[in-house]
Amino acid sequence: MSLTESIARLRGPRLPRADGLIPWIVPAAIVLIWQVACATGFVPARVLPAPSDVALAGWKLLLSGELARNIWVSFWRASAGLLVGGGIGFAFGLANGLSQLSSKLTDTTLQMVRNIPHLALIPLVILWFGIDESAKLFLVALGVFFPIYLNTLHGIRTVDPQLIEMGRIYGMSDPELFRRVIFPGALPSIFVGLRFALGIMWLTLIVAEAIAASSGLGYMAMQAREFMQIDVVVLSILIYALLGKLADSASRALERLTLSWHPAFQKH
Amino acid sequence: MQEALHFGLPDAEAVGRVDYIEQARRLRRASSASSHGLPLTIRALRKSFGDNEVLRGIDLHVPAGQFVAIVGRSGCGKSTLLRLIAGLESIDAGTVSFGGETQPEDIRVMFQEPRLLPWARVISNVEVGLGRDRASVGASARAEKALIEVGLRDKRVEWPAALSGGQKQRVALARALVSDPRVLAFDEPLGALDALTRISMQRLLERVWGEQAFTAILVTHDVSEAVTLADRILVIEDGRIAHDVTVDIRRPRERGSADLAALEGSILRHLLNTADSP
Ligand SMILES: Nc1ncnc2c1ncn2[C@@H]1O[C@H](COP(=O)(O)OP(=O)(O)OP(=O)(O)O)[C@@H](O)[C@H]1O
Ligand SMILES: [Mg+2]
Repeated sequence: MSLTESIARLRGPRLPRADGLIPWIVPAAIVLIWQVACATGFVPARVLPAPSDVALAGWKLLLSGELARNIWVSFWRASAGLLVGGGIGFAFGLANGLSQLSSKLTDTTLQMVRNIPHLALIPLVILWFGIDESAKLFLVALGVFFPIYLNTLHGIRTVDPQLIEMGRIYGMSDPELFRRVIFPGALPSIFVGLRFALGIMWLTLIVAEAIAASSGLGYMAMQAREFMQIDVVVLSILIYALLGKLADSASRALERLTLSWHPAFQKH
Repeated sequence: MQEALHFGLPDAEAVGRVDYIEQARRLRRASSASSHGLPLTIRALRKSFGDNEVLRGIDLHVPAGQFVAIVGRSGCGKSTLLRLIAGLESIDAGTVSFGGETQPEDIRVMFQEPRLLPWARVISNVEVGLGRDRASVGASARAEKALIEVGLRDKRVEWPAALSGGQKQRVALARALVSDPRVLAFDEPLGALDALTRISMQRLLERVWGEQAFTAILVTHDVSEAVTLADRILVIEDGRIAHDVTVDIRRPRERGSADLAALEGSILRHLLNTADSP
C-alpha cells in the first residue's frame, strides 16, 4: 500500500458522511428562504403557502390515510407501467439488436411510432379505456417503451466486435456469448435508457392522473385545485419530486451494483 | 542475469552449460507427447477481399515447435495470413493443415489488443481460455496456474481496468496458454507496449514457448523482435513469401549483439528495397 493510499484510507470513513450532506444544502436553503418569505408576507399565501403550511396539510392527509393511499396507487401505476413497457421495449431491443431479420421487420415501424408524442394519444386512450387503470398503464408503458428500446438496441449494436470475435474464438455458444459478452457490454447503455424512462414515467403519470383518474397523486392535486387547497397542490408537486428522486437513486444504486467493473464506478 | 548464466560455449552437449530453454523443451517433449506443438502445412493459399488480391499463393511448412516470425510492409497481408491459419477467415483456395485432427483448444490467437472482458475479473478472463472446459471443476486452478506462469497471480481478483497495458497483455497471454495450445498465433502482440515492457514481454514469450514447446507464429512490425525470438523469419511481399530466412543464432540471444544486428540489417534491407521500388 502506498503512502497516499493509506492517507486516503485513514480519511475514508469521515468523507462519505460530509459528501452525503452536501447535496442537501441547497434544497434546505431554498425551504428556509421560502419559509421566511411567506412569514414576512413577501409572498402572499394565496400564491404560495409556507412550507410549514404544506407540511401541516401533508400531516392531515397522512392521518386520514388519504395520502398513503394516493401515493400507493401512483407508485403501483408507475411500476406496473414501467415493468410492462420496459419489458416489451427491452425484448424488442434484444430481438432487433441480435437478429437482422427482426430488425428489418420491426425497426422502421417502431421508429415511425416513436415520432408520435405519446401524450397526444390521451383523448384516444380515454375513448378506448375510459378512466380505467388500463388507460394509465397503457400511457406509462408506451412512454417508457421507447427510451428502453432505443438504448437496449444501441447498447447491443455497439458491443465491441473484437470482444465478440474473441468469444467465438474461445468457443462460446450463442447463449454463452450473450450472457458473458453481449449483455454485460450493453448494460451501461440499458441503464441510460432506464434513467430516461423513469423521468418519462413520472411525467406521463402526472398528466394522465390529472386528466383521467379518480385516485392517485395527480388526481389529488386536481381535486385540491378545485377546492382552492393550494397547500395540497404544492404538496403533491413536492411528493412527485421526491418520488422522482427516489426512483433515480434506486436506479443509480442498481447501476453501481451491476457496473462495479466500470472505471467510472470504481472508487478507492 | 539469464544472459550471464548461459554465457559461453556454443556446444550444447556440455553438461551444466546447456541452455535452459533447450533443456526445458527436451524434457517437455520426452514427458508429455500430447502437449507439444503441431506442424503447420500451407499449400497454394489464396485470399482476396473483393478485387484486392491479398495472398497470391502461399506455400509453407513449419515443423512442430518452431518459432516463426512473419514480417512485411503494412498492408501486405500478414494479419490476413494469420487469421487464415487460425481459421478466423474463410479460405478462397488452397489448404491449411496441422498434420491431423485438431481441437479448437489446440490453436490460440493473441492480438495487439488484449481483448479482455472488462466486466470479468482477471481470473475469469483467463478461464475463458479453457474453451469447453471452462465450466469444469479444475477450471479456476488451471487459470491460476496460467496466471502464475505470466507472473500475475496477485492480480487475479482485479478488474482489467485496474491493470497496465503490459499487464493486460500478460493476462491475454495467460488466457491463450491456459488450454495448453499446440499452435499459438500472435498478431503484433507487443505492438502497443513501450520499449522496456516489450523487452520483458519478449523474454516471457520466449520462456513460455521454451517450456511449453508449442508452434509459434508471430506477426510483427519490429524486425529486431523477429530476430531475437524466431527460429525462422518469413518476409511477405506481393502476396507471397519472398524470403525465408533461418535464424541460426544460439539462445538465449543477446539483444544488440553483432550477429543479431547483422541479420536485422539484412532483413530491413529486403523490406526497404521493395518499399522504394513500386
Ligand atoms: N475484412 C477485410 N475486408 C476487406 N479488406 C481487407 C479485410 N482485411 C484486410 N483487408 C485488406 O487486405 C490487405 C491486407 O491486410 P492485413 O490486415 O492482412 O495487412 P497487414 O500486413 O496485417 O498490415 P499491418 O502491418 O498494417 O497490420 C489490406 O489491403 C487490407 O485493406
Ligand atoms: Mg496486421
